[in-house]
Amino acid sequence: MRITRKDFLRLSGLGLLGVAGRMAVRGVAKASASSAGSNATKRWGMVIDLQKCCRENGCDRCIKACNTAHNIPQFPDRAHEVKWVWNQPFETVFPLVQTDYARRAYAGQPIPVMCNHCASPPCVRVCPTQATWKREEDGIVMMDWHRCIGCRYCMAACPYGSRSFNWQDPRPAIAALNPDFPTRTKGVVEKCNFCEERLARGLGPACVEACQEKALIFGDFADSDSEPRRLLRSRFALQRKPELGTSPSIYYLV
Amino acid sequence: MFMLEKAIVGGRRYRVWMLCLCGLILAGVLCYLRQLTQGLAITGMSRDVSWGLYIAQFTFFVGVAASAVMVVLPYYLHDYKAFGRITILGELLAVGAVTMCMLFVFVDMGQPTRVLNVLRYPTPWSLMFWDFISLGGYLFLNALISVIMLRAEREEVPPPKWIKPIVILSIPWAISIHTVTAFLYSGLPGHTFWMTAVLAPRFLASAFASGPALLILLCLVLRKVAGFDAGCEAIHKLGIIVTYAMVINVFLISVEFFTVFYSRIPEHLEHFRYVFLGLDGNYHLAPWMWLSLLLSVPALALLLVPAWRNSPRLLPLACVFVFVSLWLDKGLGLIVGGFTPSPFGAVTVYTPTWPEATIVAGVWAIGAFIITVFYKITLSVREAH
Amino acid sequence: MGDRPQIIAGLLVFVGLFTFPFWHARASKTASAPPPIKLPVNEKQCVAPTSYMLTSHMELLGNWRNEVVRQDQRQFRALDGKVYEKSLTRTCMLECHKDKTEFCNRCHTYSGVPSCYCCDCHVEPQLIARRTP
Repeated sequence: MRITRKDFLRLSGLGLLGVAGRMAVRGVAKASASSAGSNATKRWGMVIDLQKCCRENGCDRCIKACNTAHNIPQFPDRAHEVKWVWNQPFETVFPLVQTDYARRAYAGQPIPVMCNHCASPPCVRVCPTQATWKREEDGIVMMDWHRCIGCRYCMAACPYGSRSFNWQDPRPAIAALNPDFPTRTKGVVEKCNFCEERLARGLGPACVEACQEKALIFGDFADSDSEPRRLLRSRFALQRKPELGTSPSIYYLV
Repeated sequence: MFMLEKAIVGGRRYRVWMLCLCGLILAGVLCYLRQLTQGLAITGMSRDVSWGLYIAQFTFFVGVAASAVMVVLPYYLHDYKAFGRITILGELLAVGAVTMCMLFVFVDMGQPTRVLNVLRYPTPWSLMFWDFISLGGYLFLNALISVIMLRAEREEVPPPKWIKPIVILSIPWAISIHTVTAFLYSGLPGHTFWMTAVLAPRFLASAFASGPALLILLCLVLRKVAGFDAGCEAIHKLGIIVTYAMVINVFLISVEFFTVFYSRIPEHLEHFRYVFLGLDGNYHLAPWMWLSLLLSVPALALLLVPAWRNSPRLLPLACVFVFVSLWLDKGLGLIVGGFTPSPFGAVTVYTPTWPEATIVAGVWAIGAFIITVFYKITLSVREAH
Repeated sequence: MGDRPQIIAGLLVFVGLFTFPFWHARASKTASAPPPIKLPVNEKQCVAPTSYMLTSHMELLGNWRNEVVRQDQRQFRALDGKVYEKSLTRTCMLECHKDKTEFCNRCHTYSGVPSCYCCDCHVEPQLIARRTP
């Protein structure tokens, strides 16, 4: 049978379209199936009691616990440092709270800061590969270090400076390797992950468990009876930069 | 098909120029290989200033690429015949500039081997995804248009009819590539320096000033080294375009100054203060930004007076002032100023390192190489008639 | 037409050179057999049948990666019903394949497959042993 070149090309094109269409339908079906399987929605969050935190001068137990649990490299050069939880003076965290002649209650006090796991995270909005995304089941803003291309757009988008980049291979700067968690490689962005790997095993976040003053209170904000929610009902709390509409999940009890 | 054989032959000056460019490209490649092994730590970027010269150059040259529309629009939409000889030069400049943009983004990536993840996992709510698409599309459009037009010229036949709608498409597309690039910055809640609706119009205005300024300079260089005459009317009209665009650009910068300094809101003020006056004793950026501002004064003076704008000695000087002023503003001040001070009020000084500067120079050299090759082909085709 | 003998001779020489690795290795008996890999001592059953692991261990690990990181599904039910945690370091390496050079690298080097970069990040047990003083 004689087939013209035009017909052959037309048939091949239709065939390719059919294959592509089937792949697309499969992909959509897979995506909707995985999202349909979510159960009760949590919203993990943390309340930091500033009256209890850092009663002991120079305390950094939470920071050390996080560094050990997650193989966080310690670089002496401030430009290349990688930090998930760290201390900042109160005035730099809440620059607009105490001005002029107001009582300077926490002046100079170092307070712990970390990723706020916002309910409306700008970093998630800008990531071009969805290497960072918000988990709908529990509100944790996740990182996929296999997919990250290292464009650092999320670092530019985060209003809180919570994210760090691996400017070089982190392994030489890790004192003791913890096999329970991978290290990362150079060229990817990282941040606090609310210890989601520990939460999956039924443990609490490393920083929360390490705090001797019990100043870090972790819980489910969707449950109105959880300890953080009860604390927020009884005391006044601050969020970082609430005017930006990010809705952070970290509250500071003053 | 691409008539590349025309780019291999040339006079002594041409060969020396190409050899110098190849040397720069080689140096850039070697430094980039070092960056691939050691990581981006060899640059001057830091946790606080996480974007630097690479992304700043990308932002600037997207503007230069978009400026091709300033010659294409009058010629194809309004039949302005005087631009007939230089539309192809504008389109080829766009091809070179877009290639440089894509290279600048590529060398900035921490994991460049994964760059195709942007296409594997399309993310329509991310502006960087759209930037990828629009830049790629613009490169393809301009490359296609240039090849078709040049072949038509060589065969001495009119170009095929189907190229006209594609050329018309490249006009809004050019506007879109620079708007998308502006949206990369102006939608981020944490950076008040960039959070201004006037950023996209400002980008376009500076693009339409710096791009045609560069095109004028290239035409004048071609006149000197290759005897190619773009035509007095075309050059003068381009000069008028640069004038209007520069005036609008300076106006938009002034309105930014007004909003920030009249409202006196600290969050907005501190970025401008750092960029022009310095903060906490760090004023490394200030001299460059003052230079950018001050250069715009003689640039505007030379451009606004017709006798000076049309003078063959003063116009190139004005173009150089415009280009350098806008390069300093967009290719240096915009990015670093946006990141400083940090969300905690810290000032981290950004100084490009030598490997970083070499890679930047290498990418510039690649752009210059591409443009030289294409211009050589174009002029050889024209000379043959 | 007169060149036919030279052309055919040339083609034969080319085919011979092209297939050199195959017939030379066979003739001189230097073709190495797949290297002996150090199998785990305590466990006899892998998370999947050996034939599947030989051909598709990368696919299994890739699926584990996507399921753990992006879907928070950390339990893997093997064909024999046993449930494992999906973890390269904790399940595969700490339990059984403790020595990367004696197990993974042997076959990867022999077959010329560039050693996967998983262990750039996922900690191999040897590294901890080497680093702990």
